[in-house]
Amino acid sequence: MTSTFNVVTSQEYKYGFVTDIEADSVAPGLSEEVIRFISAKKGEPDWLLEFRLKAYRHWLTMSEPEWAKVDYPKPDFQKIVYYSAPKPKKPQYASMDEVDPELRRTFEKLGVPIHEQEALAGVAVDVVFDSVSVTTTYREKLAAVGIIFCSFSEAVKSHPDLVKQYLGSVVPSSDNFYAALNSAVFTDGSFVFIPKGVACPMDLSTYFRINNKESGQFERTLIVAEEGASVSYLEGCTAPQFDTNQLHAAVVELVALDRASIKYSTVQNWYAGDKDGKGGIFNFVTKRGLCKGKASHISWTQVETGSAITWKYPSCVLLGDDSIGEFYSVALTNHKQQADTGTKMIHIGRNTKSTIVSKGISAGDSSNSYRGLVKVQPKAEGARNFSQCDSMLIGQSCSASTFPYIEVQNRSARVEHEATTSKIGEEQLLYFQQRGIPAEEAISMIINGFCKDVFRELPMEFAVEATRLLSLKLEGSVG
Amino acid sequence: MLSIKNLTASINGTPVLKGIDLEIKAGEIHAIMGPNGSGKSTLGKVLVGHPAYEVTGGEVLYEGRNLFELAADERARAGLFMGFQHPIEVPGVSNAAFLRLAYNKKAEAEGRDELDPLEFDDFIHEKIKLVSMKEEFLDRSLNEGFSGGEKKRNEILQMAVLEPKLAILDELDSGLDIDALRVLGEAVNKLQRPDRALLIITHFPRILETIQPQFVHVLSGGRILKSAGKELATELEDRGYDWVLEEAAAGGAR
Repeated sequence: MTSTFNVVTSQEYKYGFVTDIEADSVAPGLSEEVIRFISAKKGEPDWLLEFRLKAYRHWLTMSEPEWAKVDYPKPDFQKIVYYSAPKPKKPQYASMDEVDPELRRTFEKLGVPIHEQEALAGVAVDVVFDSVSVTTTYREKLAAVGIIFCSFSEAVKSHPDLVKQYLGSVVPSSDNFYAALNSAVFTDGSFVFIPKGVACPMDLSTYFRINNKESGQFERTLIVAEEGASVSYLEGCTAPQFDTNQLHAAVVELVALDRASIKYSTVQNWYAGDKDGKGGIFNFVTKRGLCKGKASHISWTQVETGSAITWKYPSCVLLGDDSIGEFYSVALTNHKQQADTGTKMIHIGRNTKSTIVSKGISAGDSSNSYRGLVKVQPKAEGARNFSQCDSMLIGQSCSASTFPYIEVQNRSARVEHEATTSKIGEEQLLYFQQRGIPAEEAISMIINGFCKDVFRELPMEFAVEATRLLSLKLEGSVG
Repeated sequence: MLSIKNLTASINGTPVLKGIDLEIKAGEIHAIMGPNGSGKSTLGKVLVGHPAYEVTGGEVLYEGRNLFELAADERARAGLFMGFQHPIEVPGVSNAAFLRLAYNKKAEAEGRDELDPLEFDDFIHEKIKLVSMKEEFLDRSLNEGFSGGEKKRNEILQMAVLEPKLAILDELDSGLDIDALRVLGEAVNKLQRPDRALLIITHFPRILETIQPQFVHVLSGGRILKSAGKELATELEDRGYDWVLEEAAAGGAR
């Protein structure tokens, strides 16, 4: 018997395969020419090219943020491939049958319900492979109620006014280093528009996949819910296993008008690198929702299990009176993973409410930080926030930190913050084992109990997936 | 059932058990008593496989098998149970789900049928009567926010669910009022059968009025200084522990 936890190799990354597909790529490196190339390749209007170039010029004046509690070699932005698209056999797909079989097999392996018949039973799916949207299922049925759910590129072509109106309205192109980079070079993503008064009849879902070894993934998601509309949107992510780091810098913008509601759920399982920290995705993502209208509601739920580095703060700007922002997060790190994640709740309107529930789990040699800002502006009369940040440590050599920032400029505001740190220690494990429950199952049970407040916010299939994923990720963490 | 021979153990390199010999047969109730810090709780923890303790010598046979070859959860499924002095709290894990998993793990190991949630519900409702526990405690998170007494009640409930062959009860009486102590003591007595055994670890003799042992051992400084029948408990209640320690010192006890 030893008195310390033994960290042994974890479950192998199941999605680490590479698909052998002919890709249409640009040479590595970033310049105005590359941006013009991407824009031309996609047949974009001039205003969008201008948007990109403006972002790029601003980006050149910026430097990478240093304040996060993560330590990594800075990416060489001239070594990244900014455009990589699976080369289609034909320019357009009329149906699923025309998609490259190799690609379809990839998504089958990933368990994406891409076939029409599966889509009938399940969710509408947009699939983004490297940076290009491959297919969107179930479109007609959605269109019948006026919902637009398509790839970003397509939206630029078919609904340019909507895209122009909302693109960059929540995350300006100059917002931060990675958002600026994304604004300059994004290649695709998803676009969702729910018109006035429509409740989206099914969950919408996007699967993101990075396949190309040198390519960065820079997708852009824009979701707009008009007055009284509602939608639940799910995002899943995987990537093949390479021993080099790949950059993922996405931007997600949500806009909710009066009484609209957007629920955005993510299960992130990018490749995390091996147990010695070799390889893995650098996940530098800007996600922000604008509760623009009265009594609008935006809810972020995230389960972050992958990536070598996670730098991500899904936020809510509560502009409309009586609007509500929520952030539910489970972030799990193992081995050498580092996560600095949290949220920002910016209260601007009157009687705005926000809830933050963050659960950080660290195992191995990993580092897991919660960083959150609750800001109540002078006019946010009656604003309320409740934050609960809990950390759990497994083993001796991991770390957890909490950085809550609270700025209150209105006296009527109520802001509450609670934080705990616990440890799955020997005593806790022994208790389960003494009742005949093996250590692995004990950990799974303890972790699921710990994450319960977040998991119950997830759609059912996602909650099941998340539970399974956490168990897999922690397999072998204790010996 | 349990045969301990010259058992030594240490924690962080410091010896805490310095040669324990103890034989427990089916049907017997043994009490281990001693002053605080004597090593009596350590003995229980070593037997159930607490990872902080290192067994440095000696041998323990449980039903003829080398106990130390079994992992902690295997020992439990083989019928070894410990009622903890300080049961841990586990937020978000329902007490009922925990009890059912524990029950099913043991059932599986013994080749019996596992119980689904509905069957288990019927089963557990019979069991909670034994410890006079309120039903609401089944739906609450495992030990979370339980008072000291409620935690002990929950420990004995788990014992009733698992029906162990050998139960070690560590300081069952701490945190219990007189009435609760009697209820739980009687529950333990009901669970005792000729093919089962009990090892009661306690500082105070009070609990032994309800759960009456045939054998009482005084443990101090990592050794058993004196073993006798039930009357020793009464004597300890009257005279304290000092005389046993002095007697042992005078006798140049090993």
